[in-house]
Amino acid sequence: MSAAAVRLDGAGKVFNPGSDGEVIALQDISLTIEEREFVSLIGPSGCGKSTMLRLIGDLLTPTSGEVTVKGKQAHRARLDRDYGMVFQHATLLEWRTVAKNVQLPLEVMGYDKARRDVRTSELLELVQLEEFAEHYPWQLSGGMQQRVAIARALAFSPSILLMDEPFGALDEMTRERMQMELMAIWQQTDTTVIFVTHSIPEAVFLSTRVVVMSPRPGRISEMVAVDLPQPREFETREAPEFYAKLTEVREALRGFEVGR
Amino acid sequence: MTAVATTTAGAGKGPVRRFLDAYGPAILILPLGLVVWEGAVRVFDIKGFLLPKPSDIALAYETEGAFISGAAWVTLQEAVGGFAVGASLGFLIALATARWKAVQEGALPLAIAVNSAPIVALAPIFNAWFGSTNPLSKMAVVSVMVFFPVMINMTRGLRLVDPNELELMRSYAASDRAILRKVRLPNALPFLFTGLKIGAVLSLIGAIVAEYFGGPVKALGVYILQQSAGTRLAEAWAGIIIGTLMGIAFYLVIVIAERLAMPWHVTVRETRR
Repeated sequence: MSAAAVRLDGAGKVFNPGSDGEVIALQDISLTIEEREFVSLIGPSGCGKSTMLRLIGDLLTPTSGEVTVKGKQAHRARLDRDYGMVFQHATLLEWRTVAKNVQLPLEVMGYDKARRDVRTSELLELVQLEEFAEHYPWQLSGGMQQRVAIARALAFSPSILLMDEPFGALDEMTRERMQMELMAIWQQTDTTVIFVTHSIPEAVFLSTRVVVMSPRPGRISEMVAVDLPQPREFETREAPEFYAKLTEVREALRGFEVGR
Repeated sequence: MTAVATTTAGAGKGPVRRFLDAYGPAILILPLGLVVWEGAVRVFDIKGFLLPKPSDIALAYETEGAFISGAAWVTLQEAVGGFAVGASLGFLIALATARWKAVQEGALPLAIAVNSAPIVALAPIFNAWFGSTNPLSKMAVVSVMVFFPVMINMTRGLRLVDPNELELMRSYAASDRAILRKVRLPNALPFLFTGLKIGAVLSLIGAIVAEYFGGPVKALGVYILQQSAGTRLAEAWAGIIIGTLMGIAFYLVIVIAERLAMPWHVTVRETRR
């Protein structure tokens, strides 16, 4: 039996422990994510979803419990370059062209120039930005910048893609198009995706599973399996089953939001 | 894919037209100012030892020009030499502070202390150390003056990095050295140039003022001081104007270097219409 893509075992995170500013960001999180799953983390601000993403990616260390990735410590997985990261803002380096931005991880990881160039053109084709290779980030729209960020995250074929509200800053139309593209990319690659979002329709449309979280302290309050047929298409959003899932997630979120 | 690369706003205009749009007002203001100055001195009959007429200054330059140019050359060398030393030191120490926390904790308070000192007051000390006619004594003053803005700005640039960029690099398991080379250094470039621009202007001020405390006979500061002491104000003004022009020229050299070094930066691409 192969190890799960990600396993959190009673994981918790306390910021500034023992001081006045102590914040329990996450408490007793246990979650197993299988390979090739697409899991969304959703919940109100302060529920710790971004913190959870960073625990998985070893950008933060848990103060309790354990995080394992493909059977190893999260730290080991980071050193093995198992993670691709995408943030809400594209976070492109403004002094690098589109192609050079996509190559950034490859340079860090010591790929030679020939391999970098091949990989870059493959990826720019994947996100349909071939003709913008020599442009600078400021010459691109927000949606295009985010596509470059996705191409960059996929450049070294990481097995796990960690996405922190990647489409949060985009307008609704661009957002839906980006969701379609992400779906296509996920279908084409063997990537496990963990996706933080504020948007219920986005979570339902993209995910195989939605993890609903509640704040203070951040914990998992409910899990909603989304068994809508794959591949998800334009019509998926109009199906009654889609609305049923939206309602299910909304109800799960409502419990604690109204309570406060 | 709807969005297309932004076109520059100045497209369609010829280069001459664009140049005039950008620099025309600045070019006009100078002769206008000279005319007003000349007129005011004549109309109000201001005495030459208070404020000489631009035409008198031009005459002074005609007779003294060769000497002033020679003196200016000496001063420029002091300024540029001191600038090179101070800027290099500022750059290197900023790099060291980014690399080693101990350096940061030790060097920053020291640098601030040095900057708070009236640096020009050090000129007599440096004269005693190196000899007042030795250009090194002026370069020393200049390098101390230039050091601080370069170091502080560079340090800020190395540290003020988007936290997401750092997370990104960490997610690649990038080494500190790779983060320095690929993120912190390019990120610091605009800050470095800000420091260099301040330093360029300071370097000429530093060199000239340091010469007031004694210097070789042929040096701009000494010349200005002697002429004004002898109430040869037109000659002194000729020296001041040459000093100013050198300061502007040095500043512009840095601005050009900045544009060449970082064509991507927002300050450069906006003025490139």
